Amino acid sequence: MSQTQTAHRVVITGMGWVTPLGCDIDDAWGRLMQVQSAVGPVTRFDASTCSTNFAAEVKDFDLREHLGERAAAHRDAGISTQFALAATKAAWTMAGMDQTPPDLSRVGIYLGAGEGVLDYEPYMAANIAGYDTESRSLDSVAWAKTALAGMRPDREVEQEPQLTSTHISYELGTMGPTLNCMTACAASTQAIGEAFEIIRRGDADAMIAGGCHSMIHPLGMTGFMRLTAMSTRRDDPQTASRPFDKTRDGFVMGEGAGIVILESLDSAKKRGANILCEVVGFGSTADAYRITDIHPDGKGGAGAMSAALRQAGIDPSATDESGRPLVHYISAHGTGTQENDKTESAGVRSVFGELAPKVPFSSIKSMMGHLIQAAGAVELMTCIQAIRTGIIPPTGNLNEVDPVCGLDHVPGEPRDENHRGGVDVCLSNSFGFGGQNDTICIRKFHD
Amino acid sequence: MRSHSVITGLGPVCAIANTPNAFWEALRSDAFGISPIDSFDVSGFRTQIAGQVRDVNIRDFVPKSYRKATKVMARDTELAVIAAKVAAEDAGLKTRGSEDDDEGFTINPARTGCQIGAGLIAAETEELSRAVATAQDSDGNFSLRSWGTVGEGEAGMNNLPPLWLLKYLPNMLACHVTIIHGLEGPSNTVMGAEASALLSIGESARVIERGSADMCFTGGAESRINQLGLIRWDYAGRLAHAHRDANPQDICKPFHPESQGGLLGEGGGMLVIERAEHAANRGARAYAKITGFAAAQTPRPYIPATESMREHDEIDRGLAASITNALRDAGRAPEDLDAVFCLGLGQLVLDQMELGALRHSLGDSADSIPIVSIAHRTGNTMAAHAGLLTACASLCIQNGEVPPNIVVRSGDQPHRQPNIVLVCTPSLGGQAAAMILEKP
Repeated sequence: MSQTQTAHRVVITGMGWVTPLGCDIDDAWGRLMQVQSAVGPVTRFDASTCSTNFAAEVKDFDLREHLGERAAAHRDAGISTQFALAATKAAWTMAGMDQTPPDLSRVGIYLGAGEGVLDYEPYMAANIAGYDTESRSLDSVAWAKTALAGMRPDREVEQEPQLTSTHISYELGTMGPTLNCMTACAASTQAIGEAFEIIRRGDADAMIAGGCHSMIHPLGMTGFMRLTAMSTRRDDPQTASRPFDKTRDGFVMGEGAGIVILESLDSAKKRGANILCEVVGFGSTADAYRITDIHPDGKGGAGAMSAALRQAGIDPSATDESGRPLVHYISAHGTGTQENDKTESAGVRSVFGELAPKVPFSSIKSMMGHLIQAAGAVELMTCIQAIRTGIIPPTGNLNEVDPVCGLDHVPGEPRDENHRGGVDVCLSNSFGFGGQNDTICIRKFHD
Repeated sequence: MRSHSVITGLGPVCAIANTPNAFWEALRSDAFGISPIDSFDVSGFRTQIAGQVRDVNIRDFVPKSYRKATKVMARDTELAVIAAKVAAEDAGLKTRGSEDDDEGFTINPARTGCQIGAGLIAAETEELSRAVATAQDSDGNFSLRSWGTVGEGEAGMNNLPPLWLLKYLPNMLACHVTIIHGLEGPSNTVMGAEASALLSIGESARVIERGSADMCFTGGAESRINQLGLIRWDYAGRLAHAHRDANPQDICKPFHPESQGGLLGEGGGMLVIERAEHAANRGARAYAKITGFAAAQTPRPYIPATESMREHDEIDRGLAASITNALRDAGRAPEDLDAVFCLGLGQLVLDQMELGALRHSLGDSADSIPIVSIAHRTGNTMAAHAGLLTACASLCIQNGEVPPNIVVRSGDQPHRQPNIVLVCTPSLGGQAAAMILEKP
């Protein structure tokens, strides 16, 4: 069997998200267009003495509003799994899967779901009971006693990240290939990329793909505070996330879920589904450099972008007759850390060369925060929205572009590209701690 | 032509062996790797025995220049790094992880990928509890206010090292391995409990087939032999309650009606796989060829492994579907198989559902050919397990025999030379995978 001759075309026919800016596609997109910030004080726990005491939380979420009575079947699921269930429901419905059902044995799931939120109270109780302050050592017997008394079986096991896809499969009855990956902040982009390859090869007709995550809990925030990776702008949280700005001082934690329905073109046509865009390329690389630092040349990110463009058959150095680059928008990983934004910009420069400053390259993390493993999926969906509307989302809080970034970061307000034909090809970048780089290339569907 | 991958390097690191040769010898002997847990005082836990990896020191498996970085490796990462080094050596590769010189590497970084199955990594209990103990309120409860560093905070969290989080991200297994060996191709960290390694190996084979890499380091590693891991696996109904004095051979008996339950192990099950032509061009020995792969899912809620699970499914439907699809992918029929290498945890309900899936997908063959499990000898090594199982199957193919000691169901037909075998596994969350291996 020859790969090149039998590869299926892959399209996206549905999407759903749960984000700090809202759970409805149009509502949250509208807020991005108004450059609203979702960042505010942490309400999930007492973060008052934390150097970062703010985050972009999903507010007023109730799974029953999304699944109705079916929500009860998932009552033990952690919050990030519940986000994913709601996003899946929206995507599944948008794809018309409930109206024209697919063969469920040919529908798989590939998520970059993060670990479930830690049930930290009994865990902390065990850690306190288990530490003998006199001998300054751990008393495992005391630890076990408190843990066995306090930890709840469902809450412990539900933290396993692959159980998010288990819930989704149970909800919808899907039986195709089902995987979960955790490549830190690159995870949901990687999941969508690998799901795309599974359909391309013909191992499934459709894939539910994306990710979910919430690290807005004491130990999750602690980890990033110890790494000094988060902004500490306690006096003005709404401007804390400021990718590409000269004064940026770290990312802002967000949470949520983003799910897309990938489908072979044949399947989508057979079902008469509305096609949102085509997935045309996926690139994945490893920096193989350091666990704490990104390669200073941004070569890992550049490699991922190049690989995605190569698969898409798009030449990054080419333009259309008007001189416009063929890539109309890059959704940046753009975390707002000094290092990421600098190296990612370097990577874009090395791929696009002289054309780099002409490619819009913005980060919605400025408004939504960093949804960690869910970020890539949600950002890909903003690329889909850019294709659908012809409008590119801006980078908020960008007052003084750092010259080491210095590209077209679409500062301050969205950019309407409809006067020059709208938006055709987009890249979405996601890079993870430890040097995991993933890029997806989508384009407007042309039959 | 479709590009098949061959397995050219084995890195089995587990309770019964730390090298391919020792692994094969242990599989042929009656060596049991289960013993009382001795890495911490386990007397307060309901399961006190497990399959522990011994006699390896991470510092011996990294270049001198990388020894400092071993301080930020969790046990899971150490096992992955050790197993990857063993596999690379077994494959006859020289990488920058082999030694400290920087010449004569035999891999092309950009064309070498790395997919490693992993589990959730538990924070080291002593390290975390020491820090947490500094942040208590007057009632002795954890105090978030004292934990913080600002205002009235007493900076309890600063008792954790700055890189604390990086020790526990599951992708650190692959990150350290890619950094040590210089692997810049596609890299992923798949998490699917016991299916993690097989899903990773399958993905690696697909990455090679689609032309995104020539070679991959692949498999999995995990250690749940720690306080949190023991509790969670106990809670999931997957562990026998066993006192340290219990005889492990009486407790865990895969597919046997008197088995009392599963046992935990730890390990690294890493492989080097590469495009068949790539292996041939560099004169590498191929243990086995991967000719078929598939993954599938059982659509049921997560339930602890008890009888109530069977109320949802008599058989593991995902496992059955993955076996059927893997055979189709390989262009093989059930009758072509000479042996099955499966999970067989020794937990009655899980074993019955697994056997049900084998019978559903393989028909009479499920009862006529030998079925192999190693979980009673190594413990359930979780994300490493299917990597170890694949290494076991590869060695059987290469040596032309299935050692009687690892056959847990003998089948009613005379055993044939294992030229075409099935490696398959169900998992905690219903994710299942199956792979067909053939003699090259």
